[in-house]
Amino acid sequence: MDVFGSFTLLLAFVCAAYAFVGGIAAILTRHPLLVKSTRQAGLATCVLIFIATFSLEYLLFTDNFSQAYVVSHSNRDLSAFYKVAALWSGQEGSLLFWSFLLSVYVISVLIAYRNKNGELMPYVGVVLAGVQIFFLTLNNFVENPFKTLAIVNASGMLDPFTRMDGNGLNPLLQYPEMVIHPPNLYSGYTGFTIPFAFALAALLARYPGEKWIHLTRKWTMVAWCFQSLGILLGAHWAYAVLGWGGYWGWDPVENASLLPWLTGTAFLHSVMMQEKRGMMKVWNVWLVFCTFLLCILGTFLTRSGVVSSVHAFANSNIGPWFVGFLMLTMVVCFAAYVKNRDYLKAENMLDSMISRESSFLFNNLLFLVACIAVLSGTLFPVFSEWFTNNRISVGAPFFNKVMIPIGLAILFLTGVGPLLAWRKTSADSLKRNFGWPLIVGVVCGVAAFLMGYHDGASVLCLFLCGFVTWTIVMEFYRGGKVIAARTGMSLMMASHELAMRNTRRYGGYVVHFGMVLVFIGLAGAAFNTEAQKAMNIGDSMKLGKYTLVLQSGDTKAEKNYTAQRMIVEVLEGNKQIMMLYPEKRQFQGTEQAAGTMVAIYSTLREDLYVVYAGMDPDTNMPVIHAFLNPLVKWIWLGGVWVVLGTLLALAPNRRAVLAVAGAPQTAPSAIAQALNPGVTLREGHD
Amino acid sequence: MQNRAKFGVGIGVILVALSFLAWLGYGESKTYYHTIAEYQTLSASDRAHRMRLAGTVAEGSIRRGSGHVDFTLVEQGKTLQVTYVGSDPLPDTFNDKSQALVEGRPGNDGRFVAEHVQAKCASKYEAAPGGDKPAPSGAVQRSSM
Repeated sequence: MDVFGSFTLLLAFVCAAYAFVGGIAAILTRHPLLVKSTRQAGLATCVLIFIATFSLEYLLFTDNFSQAYVVSHSNRDLSAFYKVAALWSGQEGSLLFWSFLLSVYVISVLIAYRNKNGELMPYVGVVLAGVQIFFLTLNNFVENPFKTLAIVNASGMLDPFTRMDGNGLNPLLQYPEMVIHPPNLYSGYTGFTIPFAFALAALLARYPGEKWIHLTRKWTMVAWCFQSLGILLGAHWAYAVLGWGGYWGWDPVENASLLPWLTGTAFLHSVMMQEKRGMMKVWNVWLVFCTFLLCILGTFLTRSGVVSSVHAFANSNIGPWFVGFLMLTMVVCFAAYVKNRDYLKAENMLDSMISRESSFLFNNLLFLVACIAVLSGTLFPVFSEWFTNNRISVGAPFFNKVMIPIGLAILFLTGVGPLLAWRKTSADSLKRNFGWPLIVGVVCGVAAFLMGYHDGASVLCLFLCGFVTWTIVMEFYRGGKVIAARTGMSLMMASHELAMRNTRRYGGYVVHFGMVLVFIGLAGAAFNTEAQKAMNIGDSMKLGKYTLVLQSGDTKAEKNYTAQRMIVEVLEGNKQIMMLYPEKRQFQGTEQAAGTMVAIYSTLREDLYVVYAGMDPDTNMPVIHAFLNPLVKWIWLGGVWVVLGTLLALAPNRRAVLAVAGAPQTAPSAIAQALNPGVTLREGHD
Repeated sequence: MQNRAKFGVGIGVILVALSFLAWLGYGESKTYYHTIAEYQTLSASDRAHRMRLAGTVAEGSIRRGSGHVDFTLVEQGKTLQVTYVGSDPLPDTFNDKSQALVEGRPGNDGRFVAEHVQAKCASKYEAAPGGDKPAPSGAVQRSSM
């Protein structure tokens, strides 16, 4: 199976090379058979990568310990669930997994547009094949997952060799979220390849109009949704497993996942400027180029450890390949831009400071500055070493100082932007649109202050959360009221109908609402408290309104590990709330691998987060470390809304049954737009 | 043209304000990376910085006291005595012979006072010969291709 896997990978490389070279020839000669055969080669590449990936899974599932990768990342006791995850727990496997996910996208694109966009698709095929060639080069020649173990025999030759058992999977990864977090994040990273390929292809082909943006909108949203979910799942994994009481530490790998999300989010917004007003064309093309480059950079940072390790490239032989690919991609993008930049001329200019356009402009500016800040902070050690010979890193204070104001400003625009009219907004409509949201915001801010949240940024954040939520509620209410009046539906049904008629717009609002919930959760971080104590059985410790009593401890043997468990009773006043069971796990197969299982009592108000931090060596008493983290649960709830909103935005619009022409003239323009997208503007939906 | 100027000013104000904040944050959190060998030759003024050092935890050197943990880091034959005073529990991977990254400042008594410790077990997840399972010496990896 290993030889088979290796062979399919090599064959995939050959097919991708043909798709690339043949594709260029097809573009130059426009020979229909050549066009067709390169498309088939693209499909074959994907299928071969699928087979190679399944071969590796087969080796993992059959406990084939003659395989280096299986030995390193699995053992006999590992459950089937984690054997699937073992595929992406190491360097070689995760690079193969990258190729696999990219192939899922590529094959979907090739099949979905097989009879459409005949002018553009050969270019798209070439770009996609180019990206696949890079990853297949790594899979085949640099980090091949199909390596067998061998020993040197008496005559100096290599003999195949099989181990009795493997080393097992990294215990930190033996957690359900670790099975779903990497596929999500990788689906995000790989997914942005599709809009990139279409943007570059459209630029190279001088493909007319905004067609590439319409074509890639759904693909971008799918990638964005996976990326968002991947980031949140990663944060939740860090929170629930690492045991330090937080979910985000501005770690290089976390930052790496945030970077393409920032530019990707900017891109999702700025395309609307191009669709409606024919502006920001250059900007959009470069945003999508940057997003793709940052995805590659993110994969590189995650896989190479270039930033976290003291010596650059010390533990990686893929570094130079990634740097080379990044450079090459940048050169290609730049060359394509220089050659065809006249095709990207803007059709309109900005009219007013207070308009939808300017809110998009500032939104994009803020996302870009955020991205630059995170990027420079993350790569600071690398750059400072280049320029000063001193390797200097910056920590959380740097990121927090810059990102908190940017986050708040973006949150503000989330509320304001959608209510501003295109071109120019009158003072009257400002008053009409923002009066109530401001009042609700102030109420929220004051309530937060009275509830004890005494921190400027947090109170401002909660004020903005109230403000934005109310703008969203009003959008649904106004549109819903019009439909309700015309059809006699209830307001709830009418709002639902409204959302289904313009899924993109109202899905967007739902995503915004999800982000509001995330921000509520982030606002709580300023008020985290903690306590730590070595406790005998029966001892108690107070944290906030809770009292923790250590009841007992026990040890239980599981299939793959032994758990040492503390039983902690949680009291509020004198009332028993619940029992918590923080654990330390000692994994078999590895002499020193241990894992922490945090016990969390989570409510909307706060999380009580209890860690069993091991035995105190002097007194031999168990040490309990407890954190009280307000509002954390809102972050995970927000994530659910973000996904639901994206799904809504991806759904096709339901056709309106009533005639729009009869809509009352006095209705605010937002309603007219909601009912009949495109009435006043160029095309598409709002 | 007037609009453009307004936008220019708006953008400028945002960028200047954020750059100022970035500069503040940089001053507060900048940390120098040094090898242990470099650390031992630093001048007194350079020793005032926050810094980050890496090494391997010397076997048997971990001594847990109340409120602090002492251990020794080794890198290329040079050793560094470290006292960890942070409040977070040490990572599960922090153990004898694990690679550790410590962040903090030099203390008065010649020990390095660390506020953060990151640890990574060097050999555990690789198919290292002579590891925990009986692997005959001389086992090497080769590609099947």
